[in-house]
Amino acid sequence: MNNSIEIKELSLSIEGRSILENISFGLGEIEIACLLGPSGCGKTSLLRCIAGFEKLNHGEVSIKGVIMNNPNHYIPVEQRNIGMVFQDYVLFPHMDVRKNITFGIADLKPFRIKERLDELIELFGLEAHADKYPHQLSGGQQQRVALARAMAPRPRVLLLDEPFASLDIELRESLARELRSILKQDSVATIMVTHNQLEAFAMADIIGVMANGKLMQWDTPFDLYHEPKTLDVANFIGEGTFVKGEIINQTDVKTDIGNIKGHIPHNYDSGEKVQVLIRPDDILHDDDSKLTALVKEKEFRGPQFLYTLEMKNGLFLQSLVPSHHDHAINEPIGIKMAIDHLVVFPDIGE
Amino acid sequence: MNKVNIIIILLICSQFLNTGEVNAGEVNVYSARKEALIKPILDKFTEDTGIEVNLITGKADTFIKRIEVEGKNSPADLLLTVDAARLVRAKDKGLFQATNSKILNKAIPVHLRDIDNQWYGLSLRSRVIVYNPNKVRANELINYIDLASKKWKSRICVRSSSNIYNQSLVASIISHHGIEQAEIWASGLVGNFARAPKGGDRDQIKAVAVGVCDVAIVNNYYLAGMLDSSQEKEITAAKKVKLFWPDQRGNGAHVNISGAGVLTHAKNKDEAILLLEYLVSDKAQRWYSDINYEYPVITNVYDHSVLKEWGIFKMDNLALSLLGKYNTDAVKLMDRIGWK
Amino acid sequence: MILSNFSYYFQKKLNLKYSSLKKSGPSLVLVLISLFFCIPVFIISGSLFLPFEGVWVHLVDTVLTDYMLNSFLLLIGVGFFSLLLSVIPAWLVTMYKFPASNWLQWAILLPMAMPAYIIAYSYTGALDAAGPVQATIRDLTGLGYSEYWFPEIRSLGGAITMLSLVLYPYIYLLARATFAEQSVCVLEVSRTLGCNTMSAFRRVALPLARPAIIVGLSLVLMETLADYGTVQYFGVSAFTTGIFKTWFGMDSSLAAAQLSALLLLFVFVFLFLERRSRKLLAFHHTSNRYSPLLKQELRGIRAFFAFFVCFTPLLFGFIIPIGFLVGHAIEIYSGTIDYSFIRLLSNSILLALITSFLALFVALFLGYINRNNFSFINKFLIRFISLGYAVPGTVIAIGVLIPFAWFDNRLDNFLLANFNVSSGLLISGTLFILIFAYLVRFITIPINTVEAALEKIKPGIDEVAKTNGMSHFNIMRKIHMPIMKGSLLTCSLLVFVDVLKELPATLILRPFNFNTLAVRTFELANEERLADAAVPALAIVVAGIIPVIMISNSISRSRPGYE
Repeated sequence: MNNSIEIKELSLSIEGRSILENISFGLGEIEIACLLGPSGCGKTSLLRCIAGFEKLNHGEVSIKGVIMNNPNHYIPVEQRNIGMVFQDYVLFPHMDVRKNITFGIADLKPFRIKERLDELIELFGLEAHADKYPHQLSGGQQQRVALARAMAPRPRVLLLDEPFASLDIELRESLARELRSILKQDSVATIMVTHNQLEAFAMADIIGVMANGKLMQWDTPFDLYHEPKTLDVANFIGEGTFVKGEIINQTDVKTDIGNIKGHIPHNYDSGEKVQVLIRPDDILHDDDSKLTALVKEKEFRGPQFLYTLEMKNGLFLQSLVPSHHDHAINEPIGIKMAIDHLVVFPDIGE
Repeated sequence: MNKVNIIIILLICSQFLNTGEVNAGEVNVYSARKEALIKPILDKFTEDTGIEVNLITGKADTFIKRIEVEGKNSPADLLLTVDAARLVRAKDKGLFQATNSKILNKAIPVHLRDIDNQWYGLSLRSRVIVYNPNKVRANELINYIDLASKKWKSRICVRSSSNIYNQSLVASIISHHGIEQAEIWASGLVGNFARAPKGGDRDQIKAVAVGVCDVAIVNNYYLAGMLDSSQEKEITAAKKVKLFWPDQRGNGAHVNISGAGVLTHAKNKDEAILLLEYLVSDKAQRWYSDINYEYPVITNVYDHSVLKEWGIFKMDNLALSLLGKYNTDAVKLMDRIGWK
Repeated sequence: MILSNFSYYFQKKLNLKYSSLKKSGPSLVLVLISLFFCIPVFIISGSLFLPFEGVWVHLVDTVLTDYMLNSFLLLIGVGFFSLLLSVIPAWLVTMYKFPASNWLQWAILLPMAMPAYIIAYSYTGALDAAGPVQATIRDLTGLGYSEYWFPEIRSLGGAITMLSLVLYPYIYLLARATFAEQSVCVLEVSRTLGCNTMSAFRRVALPLARPAIIVGLSLVLMETLADYGTVQYFGVSAFTTGIFKTWFGMDSSLAAAQLSALLLLFVFVFLFLERRSRKLLAFHHTSNRYSPLLKQELRGIRAFFAFFVCFTPLLFGFIIPIGFLVGHAIEIYSGTIDYSFIRLLSNSILLALITSFLALFVALFLGYINRNNFSFINKFLIRFISLGYAVPGTVIAIGVLIPFAWFDNRLDNFLLANFNVSSGLLISGTLFILIFAYLVRFITIPINTVEAALEKIKPGIDEVAKTNGMSHFNIMRKIHMPIMKGSLLTCSLLVFVDVLKELPATLILRPFNFNTLAVRTFELANEERLADAAVPALAIVVAGIIPVIMISNSISRSRPGYE
């Protein structure tokens, strides 16, 4: 089976400035991928390369086994049969919702157009808005129209550029779930760009973390969270703090907060200095534990508190605690460690 | 925009608003004659008499309207036009006053001035026929009336009916033959047009020269101007055509004048009359023929070679006030018979 | 005396502006100023309420249908060709890079500096039966005049061509500005949906630019309706021919005014419909994001084609006629550029400068009042002022002359009766009245521009500034002006060029011993001395080119993302 999208050693520079460097990945038939990274990391540029808005300096983009772009060969955007949703949707202001949705399929026979239109309107729940103009729609409605428009021609791949960025936070999660089920239902391979990891976790089968024009890691959300391959990825994904430690053997690390047991993914020699990532969910609250720490900051998150704790030796840790354990600032609380995935990086010093 | 800017603008404007008070030794002229064809002689007048002449050139009809609207405070002393009909119109609207200048009355023939001494002809032009000698023999041509006969089918060029010289020509035909005859004649003439009327008189002459048509009706000074041009191709075109004085055995060639009258509310009546008298002096009359190939209203003071070559012609002695009287009828007639 | 009167008038305006910007004051001021500018239009329209004379029977029986038909055909033709010559080049220079495209994007505007009557004279001289082109054909082929086919320049078709060639830049100007302002994202979306650049143009960019293009088109059509010089020279009996023939030929200024009023009525209905269609199309852009426009580079036959499409209007609208003029000018060069010529030049430029400043000032003033105090009366009056653009200059001039002379004479009577001093004609017969006539004729350009520019500034910006303690005046000066600078400059330069070219009102209203380049050109050309007319004509064009280039630069800079 062909990958729906295959990127090989892609590099892009604009006006001498390197934007993307040596990026390779493949995306399966109906997978949903997210490109995750801070602003300016090149994720939107990568999306534009796939769409065909940028011409590559090096490498190759293929869609469904057909080479779309390499330095000697370029298929224009309009012939790639891709769907794209832009950051602020960019609906055509001079057309109503129907016209917007059917824009890309205007060449079909009228009854086909109507068939597809009805299907999409139903799929996106736009029945009540079909005759409205874009400026009469709310942000969420605009986003659905933009998606429906992009999906109308049954694109080979769907590219979404920060599709939730201009929506209310409450709307984001419900839409993300909804969208995921729609995409799965329509079985279209999708790449979505976002800087919000929760969105990425909610949507993606697979996530690519980008920084400084490079693809740092291409992995499932679970592996990315629990087994980040670089310090940058670890820093960017999830929350947590680093503690210094020293390798004892293949399963044990000695740290300032005691010995930690777990599976160490890479080969480290005994005695090697390392940094260990401690996630907030690795630290459990236990009133009976002898190990205590002072609450220095607390952040209410509904079901949980995120406590920032100071150990006796001055180290800071974070802990997620069910929210009925409401402790005051500077109050000592008991904690214990429950670390399944030991994330270790070499300590290269400050 | 702040206040400073506005003040600056006002200061600039104030320069513009200075129209100057009316001084003694000054005369203000509204002239339908173009600047190039009047300014030099006005400058000579100033030189000879010390009287300043202030000039605006434009179109006679808009001047008439302007003088009417300006009423008693109108700064203009003299209205100069290039056709008789407009002078008659200005008189009918009560814009002119009578002048009792013996010099003017003596110098200008009766039919070239107003019966009540309100306006005076200053120069004379004739509407003549030009023809292509390769296609037309001079003895085939008779007069304006004959141009409506069948033999001239598709051979005639003339400019549009918006033009005052055509309106005056038709008015003169109405005066001589009555409106019904004139209408029959004009519709015959229009039927003989080689093309829809367009362009000016020089264009009609050039059209004859290149063979678009065989004859054309034009004012004589345009042909003279081309013959005397500094441009080679103008001369070449003009030399290909010949001038024919129409109706020499009948009423004579249709003439029109450029003329002027002193305005009712003139503040400088004396100076205005002095200027008029200056314009009929031998010196000025000669200048008209030199600068614009027109004939003088006083006899035999021209010596321009082109005019001399054309010789003496018999002019139509119709009272020019009739051209004004029948102008509206002429226009309506031309509209009716479809003279574009 | 005159100065103090004039400044008093302005002072009053200013005081009102600053003292009562809150309540009904501004609306009243706006109504008064608008009424002031509407006077000529009112006077002309008022004629409709006077009895219709016998002339009308004659007109209706004979020529009126012909005039209307010709004007209609003229409008259709000029509308079509000026769209053809402007919209596609505007798109090409905005979206593509091809040989000389950087240079063409402003050069296409150049015909704007060319008065319609001058291009008509210059083409006629060359293409007429007696002109050099046909003469060469006859010499080469040995054929006589009637034995070959050659398009007749002096015809309806010729008039359409000439007017289109000098008027298309109005549409080009607005179309290019709009294309440059369009969010690139909209075009990119359409490409992901399978549109190539041509269909993106047809289905997205063009419909989005339509309101702006319609504004340009309505300017072109109004200029066409107001034209007299070209149609008269070409012997085309258009509606304006009718107005002047009725007035001059049949000595019926009332019927002429009534004909003009009918013209106004037509334009009013047209403008009303145009406004309505624009309101229906009021596009609220859904994207505020602009990425810099990356021009696509064209090569080979496509590049040649693009060059050809953009160069053609420039070639026929500017290069060829200028070539003829320069040819003439060289022929008779001796002694035409003297002291009096410099006077003409400076008169023309000064008039144009003052008018464009004042026009902008008045338009801003009205625009601000209208922005802060919306009312339908204001809207209506502002629309009414715009009508001046479609009225022939001669008619405007008379419409201006009548009320001012009336006022002057009344004032004179009053002063004579009470103080035994005579003021004579205080305002009429001065340049003030001429400038006022220009304003009535051209003020629609800045009014519309200011209105559109102010609409684009969201009220939120004002509110933010107010919370920062900025005064109204400072908001206008420090926030609005920089935002609107580009469009304000463009519209004042448009007025500048228009005044430079203006002939009929100048001819009637100018004071003694005062001439402009346009007047000089007209007089010489009217005497059928085309060669002599070439030098002042060229001077008009040259004086007009500089602002045209400035206009073009200001557009390029106005594009979001411009660096």
